[in-house]
Amino acid sequence: MSKNKINIIHSTFVPLNIENVDTDQIIPARFLKGTTRDGFGKNLFRDWRYENDDEATPKKDFPLNQPQYNGTILVAGKNFGCGSSREHAAWAILDAGFSAVVSSFFADIFKNNALNNGVLPVTVSEKFLEEIFSQGNEATLTISLPEQSITIDATGIKERFDINSYKKECLINGYDDIDYLLNIKEDIINYETQHA
Amino acid sequence: MGKTLFEKIWEKHIVKTIDDGPSVLYIDKHLIHEVTSPQAFAGIEKRGLQLFRPKQIVATADHNVPTLDQHLPIKEQLSRMQVDTLIKNCANHGIELYGLGHPYQGIVHVIGPELGITQPGMTIVCGDSHTSTHGAFGSIAFGIGTSEVEMVFATQCLLQTKPKQMRINVEGELREGVLSKDIVLYILAKISASGATGYAVEYAGSTIRNLSMEARMTVCNMSIEMGARCGLIAPDETTFEYVYGRNFAPEGIEWIKALQYWQTLYSDDDATFDAEINIDAADITPMITYGTNPGMGIGVNQLVPLGQSLDIKDRPSFAKAMEYMGIEPGSAIRGQKIDYVFIGSCTNSRIEDLRLVADFVKGKHKADEVEVWIVPGSKQVEQQAIEEGIDKIFEEAGFQLRQPGCSACLGMNEDKIPAGKYCISTSNRNFEGRQGAGARTLLASPLTAAAAAITGRVTDVSELLAGYN
Ligand code: SF4
Repeated sequence: MSKNKINIIHSTFVPLNIENVDTDQIIPARFLKGTTRDGFGKNLFRDWRYENDDEATPKKDFPLNQPQYNGTILVAGKNFGCGSSREHAAWAILDAGFSAVVSSFFADIFKNNALNNGVLPVTVSEKFLEEIFSQGNEATLTISLPEQSITIDATGIKERFDINSYKKECLINGYDDIDYLLNIKEDIINYETQHA
Repeated sequence: MGKTLFEKIWEKHIVKTIDDGPSVLYIDKHLIHEVTSPQAFAGIEKRGLQLFRPKQIVATADHNVPTLDQHLPIKEQLSRMQVDTLIKNCANHGIELYGLGHPYQGIVHVIGPELGITQPGMTIVCGDSHTSTHGAFGSIAFGIGTSEVEMVFATQCLLQTKPKQMRINVEGELREGVLSKDIVLYILAKISASGATGYAVEYAGSTIRNLSMEARMTVCNMSIEMGARCGLIAPDETTFEYVYGRNFAPEGIEWIKALQYWQTLYSDDDATFDAEINIDAADITPMITYGTNPGMGIGVNQLVPLGQSLDIKDRPSFAKAMEYMGIEPGSAIRGQKIDYVFIGSCTNSRIEDLRLVADFVKGKHKADEVEVWIVPGSKQVEQQAIEEGIDKIFEEAGFQLRQPGCSACLGMNEDKIPAGKYCISTSNRNFEGRQGAGARTLLASPLTAAAAAITGRVTDVSELLAGYN
C-alpha cells in the first residue's frame, strides 16, 4: 500500500492545547473493533467531542467542533500520542483529514505509526509551540518536508525540525518500509542461516 | 568499550543498517491478538504475500473476550467478529492460536512468559505497547503498530532506530507492604509519563535482583508508561530457574547452549548509559495515582499536590485531570471512597499476585458497597488458583474470581467501570475513559487494592499488615 506523498503542507491549523494527549483520548478502545483501516475519523477524540457519547450534543468548547478552526495540521501540547500502541490513532487522524501533527514532544510508537501512514509528526521547541498557539484562527503554517522547516506565515518565524533522511525519502516518495524490507529478503535469509 | 545489555542483544539481531537511517532488526518471536492484527493480515493478502515465518508467531484472544461464561458465544457482535477474524486468519496462515477455550489462552503478556515462549536474549514484538513486559527476561521486547505487524508478517524484520540507553538503579530493601508495582509507580512519579521517551531502560540494583520474575514483569510492563521504547532486566539464576522446564523452553543440549548465551547478557562494567537514575528502596511507600496519567502518583499517605506548586504551563492539564477525577487539589488521597476494585491486567494478574492477595484477605470480608473483580491473566493462572484453593478464599471474602482476559483494564469488552465511579485498579493506565467512559481510575499494587476492597477506602496497607502479623 503506498501512502500519501508529503512535500509542502500549507494550511490553517486546529489547536489542541493539551499535554499528554494519550491514544485512549485520540480514539477510545471501544471504537477499535473494526477490521479495516477506514472510518476511524468520526470517532477521533470522541469523548472530548461529545456530551454523554452523543453525536447530537457536541461540546461547544472543543476545537474540532468549532467551525473557525480547520485545516490539515493538528497542533497539540507536549507528549502527544502516549499510551497504547494502537495504530488506529494515526488512522483516525488521517481519516479526519490531517496530514501533519505538530507538538513539542511525541511518544515513540505514535511517531512511528504516523510516519508509516503518511502523517508527518513535526517536533518543534516549546517556545515555537507557544508561538503557534498564540496565533488567531486564520493564521496559516507552512511545513516544508524537503527543507525540514515549519513557518508561521504571518510572522515569518521559522524553525527546523529533525527527521531521519530515510524516513524523509519514504514520505516524499510515498514508499513503505515494507517495500524496502521485501527487497532485502535475501539478506534476511542469509542472516537466518548464519544465526541458526 | 563495554556494551549495555540492550546493545548486546540489539547488535546480534541486526541484519543490516541503512546509511543515516534505521537498522533492519530481526525479530525472533511475534505475538499477536485480535485487535491489532486484522488490518495487517488484510494488508498481506492485498499484496498477495505469504507469511514469511508463521512458526515464529503465537496468537491469543484477550482484549475483547468476556470474563464470565466464556463457553458461550461472545455477545457483542463486533467483538465476536474480531475474535472470529483472528481464528480464520490463524487457520489460513498456519499460526498457532491459543483462543477462547484453549487451556493456554490468556493475556498475551502473561502467556508468553508462562509458556516459556519468552526467553532471554530474544527480540520480541507484539501489536501492543505492554510488550515491554517480556523485557523482564533480558530480551528486547517492544510494542508495534499494525503496519509494523504487517512488516514482521512479511519479512520477520522491522526498521528500527537504536534508542538511547538509560539505567535505573534501585538499591536496598523494600519496606513492608511495598511491592514491585509501587517501585514502578514511584519511578513514574519521579520522572513523569514522558521521562524515558526515546530510551531503552535497564532496571538494575539489588532491589531489582531480589525480585521474583513475576515482580520483574510488573516493573518492565510499565516502562511504556514512562514513554520508554522498552524495559529490560539482566537475566540471572532467578530467570533461568523460571524458564527451565516450561512448555517451549529449550531442552537437553539446546538448554545448555542457550544458557551459555544467556549468561553473557548483562551490561559490561564499562558500558555507558546516556542517563542514569538512582533510587533508594527505603524511600518507596505504597503508591497510588490521583490523576489521569500514570506519572500522577503519590504515596498513599501524601497529599494530592496543589496546582500552584506546578509549572504554570502544566496547570491547565492538572486542573482538567482533577476535575475529571473529582479530586480536590491539596486533599488527602487516603480515605478516598472506592466503588470498584479490579485486580488483573498484564501488570498484576499472575499467580503470585493472586497468592499475595489471597494471603492478605484470608478471613476478611470486602466492604459492603464495593464490587471486587479478580481477573486471572491466563487459563493456567485460573487453574492454579483453583488447585491451590485460592478461589475459596476469594469467595469467602466476597471477591469475584472471573475468567482470563484484559477485562476492565480497557473499556473494550463487557467489563467496564460506570461513569463517575472510583476504581482502584492494578492495571497500568488511568487515562480518561480507559476503564469505561467517565470511569475514574486509581492505580495501585495488588495489596493496596486488596486493602481498599476490605475497607472500601484508599488505605495504607502497611498499617493493616502491621496489625495483622
Ligand atoms: S491487560 Fe490491559 S494493558 Fe495488558 S494487554 Fe490487555 S489491555 Fe493491554
